[in-house]
Amino acid sequence: MPIEKFSVLTSTCIPLPIENVDTDQIIPARFLKATTKEGFGDNLFRDWRYDKQDQPKQDFVLNDPTYSGEIFVGGKNFGSGSSREHAAWAIAGYGFRVVVSSFFADIFKANALNNGVLPVQVSETFLAKLFAAIESDPSTKVTVKLEEQTITLHSTGESERFEINGYKKNCLANGYDDIDFLLSNQDKIEAWEKTSFY
Amino acid sequence: MGKTLFDKIWDAHVITEIADGPSQLYIDRQFAHEVTSPQAFNGLRDRGLTVMRPSKTTATPDHNIPTWNQERPIADPISKFQVETLTKNCEEFGITLYGLGNKKNGIVHVVGPENGYTLPGMTIVCGDSHTSTHGAFGTIAFGIGTSEVEMVLASQCILQPKPKTMLIKIDGDLGEGVSSKDIILYIISKLTTGGGTGHFVEFAGSAITALSMEARMTLCNMSIEMGARGGLIAPDQTTYDYVEGREFAPKGDDWDKALVYWNTLHTDADATFDKEFHFSADDIEPMITYGTNPGMGVGISGSIPTLDEIDEAGQATFKQSMEYMGFQPGDKLIGKKIDYVFIGSCTNGRIEDLRVFCDFIKGKKKADHVTAWIVPGSRQVEKQAREEGLFDILTEAGFVMRQPGCSACLAMNDDKIPAGKYSVSTSNRNFEGRQGPGARTLLSSVLTAAAAAITGEVTDPRTLMQEPALA
Ligand code: SF4
Repeated sequence: MPIEKFSVLTSTCIPLPIENVDTDQIIPARFLKATTKEGFGDNLFRDWRYDKQDQPKQDFVLNDPTYSGEIFVGGKNFGSGSSREHAAWAIAGYGFRVVVSSFFADIFKANALNNGVLPVQVSETFLAKLFAAIESDPSTKVTVKLEEQTITLHSTGESERFEINGYKKNCLANGYDDIDFLLSNQDKIEAWEKTSFY
Repeated sequence: MGKTLFDKIWDAHVITEIADGPSQLYIDRQFAHEVTSPQAFNGLRDRGLTVMRPSKTTATPDHNIPTWNQERPIADPISKFQVETLTKNCEEFGITLYGLGNKKNGIVHVVGPENGYTLPGMTIVCGDSHTSTHGAFGTIAFGIGTSEVEMVLASQCILQPKPKTMLIKIDGDLGEGVSSKDIILYIISKLTTGGGTGHFVEFAGSAITALSMEARMTLCNMSIEMGARGGLIAPDQTTYDYVEGREFAPKGDDWDKALVYWNTLHTDADATFDKEFHFSADDIEPMITYGTNPGMGVGISGSIPTLDEIDEAGQATFKQSMEYMGFQPGDKLIGKKIDYVFIGSCTNGRIEDLRVFCDFIKGKKKADHVTAWIVPGSRQVEKQAREEGLFDILTEAGFVMRQPGCSACLAMNDDKIPAGKYSVSTSNRNFEGRQGPGARTLLSSVLTAAAAAITGEVTDPRTLMQEPALA
């Protein structure tokens, strides 16, 4: 389905400075029984967010009213492990449009982009500055511009450029997804099949 | 300049390339299961599309099925609905399904190879990260998200940026009691869980070519755990011997033609990789993990690192992991009391694994306080285990075999390790809560898990192999 367009986002951030956050933490397996894409945001980081009695854990950042916003900032190697796109649905469903980290697992990055969530990979130094700025002042704002491929920390005015390939950038800016493109090459697909071994 | 094996297969499947973007890659085979496919089929319906090549997708429910009383209706109504949805979708779109109870049912990555669906030189995808398993046959096989499952259903193609290539070469002979599971846990402990990100890995070297087909699958299965898109091994006589005669493998003239093609599938002598690592098989001992990602592993006689051995940025995560596991930095692993043993999953749920397990436990007894779940990877594995008399060996030693499925590998069904309990597991992930909320997982080979099942604590399997079996 067409994805939500993205151009510029200015928002406060929710920080989670933990490394190697895997998709089993983002959305535990027992919540993968649904057959639609809705409702996963409610179980985002379920086991870090709620205790055994399903009560919110006060010390977890999503339960801390000090922090809010549409930008999630995670530690290095975010989204490793399972290929479950439910992780991207949970992030998007919770209301995030941008995930920032110094390193993303490949499949998570692709899944995020396919759901209109922009993964912004920054340097370790910039990530450390982001965490420090948000921690010292949760009302710190950050602006992400897709066209310019920049992320800017308002409090210090520091900016960094991030990478995204031209094709995916265009998709996100215009709300396209890949199926139309793939099917527009139907004749090439059929020609290829004639030469295929399998 | 010569090409790597990966480049040869990739280049042969490119339909078109987008400037400053991904390539459109043709997919020869897709596997599907109940958990990551329903939203893809919904997407097709919403767009009014059909499945372009239904014969190129094969489906089997595995993640969310019980491993007990499979002949009865699934008790959990939500799981039942998800499995029924797969059946309905396969009927509507004309896809072959090996449903619950079918003699070909099992874990996708066990079912594909054992029926001859997985063949050298193919591109293979599945909405499951352990699709990398199929790389053992010299394929480009990788896990994808549900949006991508929908793309492959609609167009038999996928858009992918071309990964970089990595060579991991392991030469030498593996010591007694050391298996391919130990090789991969060792590599991940060296390269970390992000060490392979952005790369496709080719495994080579004398220690790799000496492995059986099933051992190669175990190795490639876990290449995703170092972040790699996938791992592959050049096909050779071991591969051909495994594939020949399987139901969907080429036959007669087609087989001869296939062999000619498959024999071209190797990295040319003058090809180069973006990264290379070399290891010696002699340095590898049975491995075990102590933390909450597969990179947190050590040789079984080793200890958990101390805090000052961890780089500063990783210390908070390391401490959280120790707290979750109930371990102290610097602890020895040997002698830690354990509660559960899980033998199974697409990593170690094949017949060879059950043979190794049974060979080890024969004439011994399960420790009283240990709960052991032995879960075959497929119906065919289960049948073979019965025919080979493995059931009897298990029963005599105090073990029970369950019915096939993913089971405690991801604990979507009832097979959950209780909170706080320690599980020595032959699966592939020790993430927090992976085997159930609060469960503490120690990943190991089948042999190391077998030793733990007998003694009830983390044990070097080699010490028990030297003892004569108790009568
Ligand atoms: S056995 Fe585990 S890793 Fe393999 S497909 Fe099932 S859940 Fe995934």
